[in-house]
Amino acid sequence: MGRKLLTEHINVPGIDTFEVYRKHGGYRSVEKALKTMTPDEVVEEVKKSGLRGRGGAGFPTGMKWSFLAKPEGIPRHLVCNADESEPGTFKDRELMSKLPHLLVEGMITSSYALGANTSYIYIRGELLYVLRILEKAIAEAYANGFLGKNILGSGYDLDLHVHPGGGAYICGEETALLESLEGKRGNPRNKPPFPAVQGLYARPTVVNNVESIAAVVPIINDGGEEYAKIGVGRSTGTKLISACGHVKNPGIYEIELGVPVEEFIYSDEYCGGIWKGRDLKAVVAGGSSVPILPKDLILKTAAGENRLMTYESLSDGGFVTGTMLGSGGFIAMDETTCIVRNTWNFSRFYHHESCGQCSPCREGTGWLEKVLHRLEHGHGHMHDIDLLVSVAKQIEGNTICPLGEAAAWPVAAAVRHFRHEFEWHVTHAKQAAQPGAVYPAQGVLA
Amino acid sequence: MESTTATVKPQFSQAAQAEIARLFTHYPAERRKSALLPLLHIAQAEFGGWVSPEVQDLVAETIGILPIEVYEVSSFYTMFNLKPVGKHVLEICRTGPCMLRGSDELTANLERITGAKVGGTSPDGLFTLKEVECLAACGTAPIVQVREKYYEQLDTQEAVDAMLNELRNLVHRPLLPWEETGLQHTQQ
Amino acid sequence: MAKITFDGVEVEVPDGTTILNAARKIGGGIVPPAMCYYTPLKGSGGKCRACLVRVAAGSAKDPRPMPKLVASCVTPVQDGMVVENTTSQQVLDVRKGIVEMLLINHPLDCPVCDQAGECDLQNFAFEHGVATTRYEEERRTFEKIDIGPYIQLHMTRCILCYRCVYTADQLTDKRVHGVLGRGDAAEIGTYIENVIDNEFSGNVIDVCPVGALTDKTFRFKQRVWFTKPVNAHRNCEHEKCSGRVVLWYKGKDVLRVTARKDEYGEVKEWICNTCRFEKKETADWTIEGPAHVDRTSVISANHYELPVVNPQVIADLPESSVRDLENNPPLKLGAGRQ
Repeated sequence: MGRKLLTEHINVPGIDTFEVYRKHGGYRSVEKALKTMTPDEVVEEVKKSGLRGRGGAGFPTGMKWSFLAKPEGIPRHLVCNADESEPGTFKDRELMSKLPHLLVEGMITSSYALGANTSYIYIRGELLYVLRILEKAIAEAYANGFLGKNILGSGYDLDLHVHPGGGAYICGEETALLESLEGKRGNPRNKPPFPAVQGLYARPTVVNNVESIAAVVPIINDGGEEYAKIGVGRSTGTKLISACGHVKNPGIYEIELGVPVEEFIYSDEYCGGIWKGRDLKAVVAGGSSVPILPKDLILKTAAGENRLMTYESLSDGGFVTGTMLGSGGFIAMDETTCIVRNTWNFSRFYHHESCGQCSPCREGTGWLEKVLHRLEHGHGHMHDIDLLVSVAKQIEGNTICPLGEAAAWPVAAAVRHFRHEFEWHVTHAKQAAQPGAVYPAQGVLA
Repeated sequence: MESTTATVKPQFSQAAQAEIARLFTHYPAERRKSALLPLLHIAQAEFGGWVSPEVQDLVAETIGILPIEVYEVSSFYTMFNLKPVGKHVLEICRTGPCMLRGSDELTANLERITGAKVGGTSPDGLFTLKEVECLAACGTAPIVQVREKYYEQLDTQEAVDAMLNELRNLVHRPLLPWEETGLQHTQQ
Repeated sequence: MAKITFDGVEVEVPDGTTILNAARKIGGGIVPPAMCYYTPLKGSGGKCRACLVRVAAGSAKDPRPMPKLVASCVTPVQDGMVVENTTSQQVLDVRKGIVEMLLINHPLDCPVCDQAGECDLQNFAFEHGVATTRYEEERRTFEKIDIGPYIQLHMTRCILCYRCVYTADQLTDKRVHGVLGRGDAAEIGTYIENVIDNEFSGNVIDVCPVGALTDKTFRFKQRVWFTKPVNAHRNCEHEKCSGRVVLWYKGKDVLRVTARKDEYGEVKEWICNTCRFEKKETADWTIEGPAHVDRTSVISANHYELPVVNPQVIADLPESSVRDLENNPPLKLGAGRQ
């Protein structure tokens, strides 16, 4: 049983109230930071922890913080990215709705480290009910002197506000999020300038994922070095994995980084295996945008080593035989899953969510979806399969923001690992177009 | 665009005005446009689940920005309904993880029960069906969002019926926090 | 000042200059194409991805290459930067892909489009694209709409460069049109069929790189290459109007009036709607002389301007060469695209 740094008390009755949360050690990190540490010491501690951004990119949080520009006389901001929208990912929703004070506490400690006096939590608009929970927690924190003027007599002031989005996956991209927070369309910005120099209202800004901010709490409480002892290599600490799809026990699991993938899928402590006694076919391990891997490659690397739940192990083999930890959205697919249909579904998602600002993504995502739709519905040609790879390649790397890659990778990976299934959709078009039709496993194919 | 309230200029309720005043304090005075998305949510709740051009003009006027700045934004974000809707808008998640757990069947089932097609409203005006992308509740798929509530694990007929019955029995939409506390709910 | 190497040519530019503008300082065929960037319009650029280049060395301080191609129009130079455009096969291949993307939903109706002959997309596709398409799906279409008495919006042709939105933002204090919707369903619109009623609205026609916004007073009047551009000016009463225009003649008739564009197709001096739509008599104007049109442009098929290389001044040229030069004049070195 691994340590639970974030979710230890998640099922304690009333933990969403200030009183109960405080009784269980809540807000200690704020006390420790504001009373005994300088802001730079807090940043240093986060650097030592080796914490990497939990939103998907895995960029070291401490390093991101140290990039923040600090020009005299210009306010700076911390913005929490609670726009959780990556298909397969639902950890932040769970964390915020059940442990709202953990995020509030993390925001206070982190804002102090960055010298921000006004901070925002940008939450996706669909989660208005979670916004209400957070606003209640924030009001309690104000009432108890943890927010507002002169927090705990330290002389540090902080206002914290929650801001809803309006239904747009792209606002999870940090500059689109800032545009949205400014009341505009969620069009990602050209970079440079980066948010650390010109972010919200053209002021220096750090944008961090909910889970990253929450992780600052145990890091400050126990020290960065303690945190770094958990995990393997550069994958330190614990990570929330949201398991979904065809696992027996979907839900969020806080794991110590380094758990073998096989154990995560099959152990009763975690997913409990595949539902309905079926066999596993494929896994999308880090949210819909990371490459899909067939069963043999998700359990073991190409070199035959056990695949671990770490940034490094999951990406072992690059995109040829590996994938990414991403946001921790772990989507398992059983043997009855049609990969072409699933790929089409993901492509439809990215087509729907493209902001439309830059041409490769605006046009390319729609193109991919239409070709996949044809293939899935029995109107595909053999040359469509290579066309998909080619169009994906034309999008990847050529767009303003990473949505281009997010749209391209799943398609390229599906063709890479399941080309036979795409071909079957052409050679057996009528059969494949039937609702629920699945490519027959090898050997069964007559 | 057709509007159902073409003749009367819409106005925010007093409770909503108080909430809007509170929201404005969240942003620098010269950056009031930041309040646009929160205000559109309030407007949609206040004016029957959709934002007509007149309502959007009211939002523009309240903030002090041009109407086109509101149209650009309301048409970008999928949560804002730009056409009249039924009493309850069922937002059915259709993305991968929900599809793996039966969202296609759920959609077909809801179309059959309500008599509405996706994108349309049932003949009795009660339900509008809308397909949406991932709602971040993949662990309890398939799911439907109605206003601020998530109905999860709708993979049984009982669960679907329970949701629909609950909605049918709602006389008014649930009150929002600032409506419950009325004018007492002001900034901290 | 920063010194950079662009396609092997060194150039020194002030700090903060974009890669594209540094390349334009060098000029000629190495300048990356730009479909959305427009120097006078703050905030423009970065969207069409036509100008992507490879940064082979980021700066003298950090000479590592940049991991992805960058949009040269919005990426500032660093001292010691090494940039590859026409010298990089990767850039040329990606550009071919960008042409394809911009064209898959374009109607390719050049034969009936007023913009043909002076269309950035047409030139871009001709120079960088391929002749065939791999796109088999249905193309996106929109209804044509009139926005006011002078301007027609043909959204189907739009490449969403946002230039017209920035123009309205910059020239008027009450913008009524913008980009509505998102993704490939995004469109330029007024939402409630508003009329763009502003004395400077006509400038959106000039900034539009394609035939999405066209001059209704010129509609189907003449192919641009059969008209003759002449520089002219008048004392315009509007403070913001330069009064400096190009009159497009067919015979003795002024068929249309536009602002003057530089070699990169950019208007530096805006004109008002009165000058553009209502002054169509030669008597309204002081004529300056033929407007320069790039030799590579189809518009110069008229030969109204003297050739840049004048065979008469080369004394010993054999008769056959003179004829050949007149028929096939050499490309003018340093010229951009029209």
